[in-house]
Amino acid sequence: MQDFLKIEQLDKRFVADRPVFADVSFNIAQGEFVCIIGHSGCGKTTILNVLAGLDQASGGHVYMNNREVVGPSLDRGVVFQSHALMPWLTVRKNIAFAVSSRWPEWKAPKVNVHVEKFVEMVGLRHAIDQKPSQLSGGMKQRVGIARAFAIQPRMLLLDEPFGALDALTRGTIQDELMSIVRETQQTVFMITHDVDEAILLADRILLMHNGSDTPNGYVPGGLSESVTNTLPRERTRAGLHHLPGYYELRNHIVDFLVSRAHVGPAH
Amino acid sequence: MNSLNFKARLISVLIFLLCLGVWSLATMERKVGPGQNPAGMTAEQVEYLKMMGKDPGSTKTNGFPTLTQMGETIWKHVSDPVYDNGPNDKGILIQLAHSLGRVGLGFVLAALVAVPLGFVIGMSPLLRLAFDPFIQVLKPISPLAWMPLALYTIKDSSISGIFVIFICSVWPMLINTAFGVASVKREWLNVSATLEVSPLRRAWCVILPAAAPTILTGMRISMGIAWLVIVAAEMLVGGTGIGYFVWNEWNNLSLTNVIFAIGVIGIVGMLLDMAFARLQQAVTYVE
Repeated sequence: MQDFLKIEQLDKRFVADRPVFADVSFNIAQGEFVCIIGHSGCGKTTILNVLAGLDQASGGHVYMNNREVVGPSLDRGVVFQSHALMPWLTVRKNIAFAVSSRWPEWKAPKVNVHVEKFVEMVGLRHAIDQKPSQLSGGMKQRVGIARAFAIQPRMLLLDEPFGALDALTRGTIQDELMSIVRETQQTVFMITHDVDEAILLADRILLMHNGSDTPNGYVPGGLSESVTNTLPRERTRAGLHHLPGYYELRNHIVDFLVSRAHVGPAH
Repeated sequence: MNSLNFKARLISVLIFLLCLGVWSLATMERKVGPGQNPAGMTAEQVEYLKMMGKDPGSTKTNGFPTLTQMGETIWKHVSDPVYDNGPNDKGILIQLAHSLGRVGLGFVLAALVAVPLGFVIGMSPLLRLAFDPFIQVLKPISPLAWMPLALYTIKDSSISGIFVIFICSVWPMLINTAFGVASVKREWLNVSATLEVSPLRRAWCVILPAAAPTILTGMRISMGIAWLVIVAAEMLVGGTGIGYFVWNEWNNLSLTNVIFAIGVIGIVGMLLDMAFARLQQAVTYVE
């Protein structure tokens, strides 16, 4: 598997000798779905912002397809935690804005056909000409997802996209996301707090620990472990907990979050 | 019409009738005055009265006008609004047209300067700090204080009037545009960054619609100030316009005309504000 995305020794510090995280290195292969899990403050969103080009690391490099990442790009689509839809535009126009940014030479009818395809994909055909204020939270987030997929980016970055949704809506959209990703073979990097969500969606789960003060001095945050999801790829939310290996995987991650995530890698 | 609106309208009408009632009572004793029937006097008596400044046939009123006198004046103006009998005697709509023309021109010029400059200032903290002292010093200067300078350099009184409108309308629009542009939500700017949107397209498609409600609020305030100022400016400078009309009728001691003009000024001001309120509503969005 070609190393599509290479992150090497990423480091972020606001105070000179206490980096939020340091020595973060991992790779993502094309078509892989990688989730990162960790407590608040470990720097997950910062890593995502650096990958998106919206923020700069204090040290280290990010390479996509062997080219260094220096700024935002259409190759790396983002779904923000708070949908970030433009409230003065309808759903159709919001997605069309993204599509015209990607393919400025396309004329309106072609853009429209493309937009409608992706709106259909997230099941919002009936709401396509409504403004975001007329939509529920779940619908808005779906539009955000449709917008990100519509530009057909090389890589999709999702920053806790379902964090603001209720459990029922979250479940439905997780299913939708999973089927879309399977169908499009999209490479995805997602931040989440939800262990079950990570086990459902991800091929690989990165566990991140926070920076902490130990008797030996300050230990910066970083990646503790990369856990491969051994469950069969054709899994569903409904049948997830029946699959063999599910509870081992889940317990492992929860154990990490409860005991190891706060206290650094040595433990 | 729902119950609240209905009750409110009713109270408005009652207040209006109350005011008319008070007016009527206050002007009741003054009906007798020198404006008496000239047919009962000899030619010499009429001539004498005119010399004393008490022309019995003139429109000049003695004391505060009564409601009937107001009604007559209003009817006279409204029934023949577009006549032109010379420099001191034009129909009310013609005077209004002159004033609105000056306001319109001054306002548009101010908008053409304020909105782009406000945009640039809003997007650049450096320029905002650089321009700030000038804005703060020039903003409080009464537009009428600019008049002598304008008249001296521009010389033409009509263009001076337009300049004065310009210099007073520019500040609210400039400040509001800068504020609106600077307050555009970070996440929308992030979205346009990840979509690799060019700076021009971003300014037109993201920043402008996001800041539009604030910009239009600035325009609405500017328009209110401009209308206020044009009346005062015209009083000072004269020629044509509703402000000049007020001052001229004051010099003729024709209070009914003055009051009528005041009413017109108020109503036109209200209509202008309503027009901008509509525009503001059109660009407002709900988050």
